[in-house]
Amino acid sequence: MSTTAGSRTPLTVVVIYPDLLGTYGDGGNGLILARRAEWRGLEVNLIQAPSDRHLPRGDLYCLGGGEDGPQVRAATTLIADGTLLRAAADGAVVLGVCAGFQLLGRQFPDAADRPHDGLGLLDVTTRKGSGMRAVGELVATVDEAAPAGIDGARLPLLTGFENHGGVTTIGSGASPLARVITGVGNGGGDGTEGAWTDRVVGTYLHGPVLARNVGLADLLLGWALASRGETFPRVALDDVEESALRAERLAGVGNVRSARSDRERRRRV
Amino acid sequence: MSRLLGRGSGTVIGGRAGLAIDPKLLAILAKDRIVALVSGTNGKTTTTGMLVAALTDSDSEPVVTNTTGANMPAGHVAALIGTRPSGTVVLEVDEGYLGHLIEEAHPQVVVLLNLSRDQLDRIAEVRMLVDKWRAVLGRLEPVGQGGSGTVVVANADDPMVVWAASTAPDVRWVGAGQVWHDDAVGCPACGGRVVFEASGNWGCDNCEFARPERFAWLEDDVLVMADGSRYPVNIGLPGRFNRANAAMVAVAAPELVGTYRQPRVSVGTALARLAGLHEVAGRFSTVQRQGRVIRLLLAKNPAGWTAIFDLLDESSHPTSPVVLSINARVADGFDTSWLWDVPFERLAGRTVVATGERCRDLAVRLRYAEVDHQVVPDALEAVDTAVRGAAPSSGPDGPPSVEFLGNYTAFAQLRRRL
Repeated sequence: MSTTAGSRTPLTVVVIYPDLLGTYGDGGNGLILARRAEWRGLEVNLIQAPSDRHLPRGDLYCLGGGEDGPQVRAATTLIADGTLLRAAADGAVVLGVCAGFQLLGRQFPDAADRPHDGLGLLDVTTRKGSGMRAVGELVATVDEAAPAGIDGARLPLLTGFENHGGVTTIGSGASPLARVITGVGNGGGDGTEGAWTDRVVGTYLHGPVLARNVGLADLLLGWALASRGETFPRVALDDVEESALRAERLAGVGNVRSARSDRERRRRV
Repeated sequence: MSRLLGRGSGTVIGGRAGLAIDPKLLAILAKDRIVALVSGTNGKTTTTGMLVAALTDSDSEPVVTNTTGANMPAGHVAALIGTRPSGTVVLEVDEGYLGHLIEEAHPQVVVLLNLSRDQLDRIAEVRMLVDKWRAVLGRLEPVGQGGSGTVVVANADDPMVVWAASTAPDVRWVGAGQVWHDDAVGCPACGGRVVFEASGNWGCDNCEFARPERFAWLEDDVLVMADGSRYPVNIGLPGRFNRANAAMVAVAAPELVGTYRQPRVSVGTALARLAGLHEVAGRFSTVQRQGRVIRLLLAKNPAGWTAIFDLLDESSHPTSPVVLSINARVADGFDTSWLWDVPFERLAGRTVVATGERCRDLAVRLRYAEVDHQVVPDALEAVDTAVRGAAPSSGPDGPPSVEFLGNYTAFAQLRRRL
């Protein structure tokens, strides 16, 4: 641990509204960010922030997937609370997954297909898809224009599990996170998956996404530290188990999942 | 095919073929029988087994049931076909097929245990399921003369079950308790917030939705009826959640009219018969290996795993080795993200062996829970690894020295190999 660590406030990771956006196991993203910072000697405060209290200030915010009704409630509550919008303007890092991705955008639909205002942190708009839900393993290449990992190289393939009925379109103010190899992703016909602007990232990937893609986890940590004026500690972690999981998932999907089996899987759901 | 899917013994194929020939086969087979259905996210198979045990003794005619856990229509047909066309039938029903079974089988009793997130890629989110249940339960006939109509026996402590069952004309609300609240915070009636008090009472902070008046409730090891009578719940199966299942069974069993060879039972008789039940479809059973007793436990989703961890705290030595086995086949759900909702941190201090087809996902989860573990992909080798590190058991009936926890197909695979 650095000698000055004691004088700083701990790096604060906030999991937003697990009572509303905790359905799909995405709370793991917050835990992964916190542990990877701790294992590098940083002091970390991991907060599970319930929806009935004022959202605390943090360096990294995680939003997960949730059901339609709770998603609307989460968006309404976050807009009224105001903390997330202010924190993002001040440089906080935000990761939104699935319903959490959609509500970071300008607009998203509820179960009855009525549009609701999102937070507008990402220039994306989501509408209800006309076909089946997109359910299954997804593999995507990180977009060439997306930020590089902490080692300076492009992030490796993204792997995850998608389960959503929404179709998300990226506006001129945001960029695609990745290009789909297998799976559906944003679903608007442009082959993109997820979106990013500044220090805000949205994706449809569960798994959770950071368990399967630790390079993305470290990128987000690096942003949060940069925003605090701190440097990323060059401590290599022993990611042998994460690598084994990635290798297994990528191998399984690459060989087994053809475009046809994708369609069949979606039809069955 | 069903063996490939990891789903049981193959009887379902006959049921599927029968339904292909006559889609009304289930309705034809169920006609003139006394039918009870058991559904919910967790405890279906065990509670179905308990209800069968509560209804029968050595003198009574056997109750027809789907003991293999084949809980979709093809499994129900397979269970009914070739049995006497009268008498009592107790069927476990997959949550997604409850409406279909109610319409086809005209049950006298429907037991609704709990609803929480499970297999989100197949069953859909809890609120979508609840809406389907509400519609079908609202079409039930009230109980009339001569045993017509349907009684719903529902868990009053699960807001999702209460919202679903409150459309039914005749409900016996049972305060069975519910540890897992994480899917029920958003009020299903108005979108407000459901608040749970330490006493177990609950209600919405924005509308009238609240715990209904209870017909009976569980107080530790005692079932208390609203009329003041009290019954001890001393059952053979372990764990708080099985006492909750017993409470549901004790209220449901007397609602079945019975027959000459299957006489109607009282609450006390139903509970007394559960003292001799120690396993259901292999769940909670024990096997011996190299002088060690291994207990086999099944948990499929975060609520189920949390309940099983409570059971370990209650009835397992705090350092007994634990084997965790995870698969992600159709019957398990393809997405393993739910592992991150399971409080594996509670296993710290035990020897933990991770196995199953998705042991890599489990290993990463355990790493971030900071629980030391070994990864042994083959389940039988994993059990033997744990056995080698376990203290010998005092005898075949002694307490277990190794605990095996698997999800649906992982559990079935290991049982076949032991």
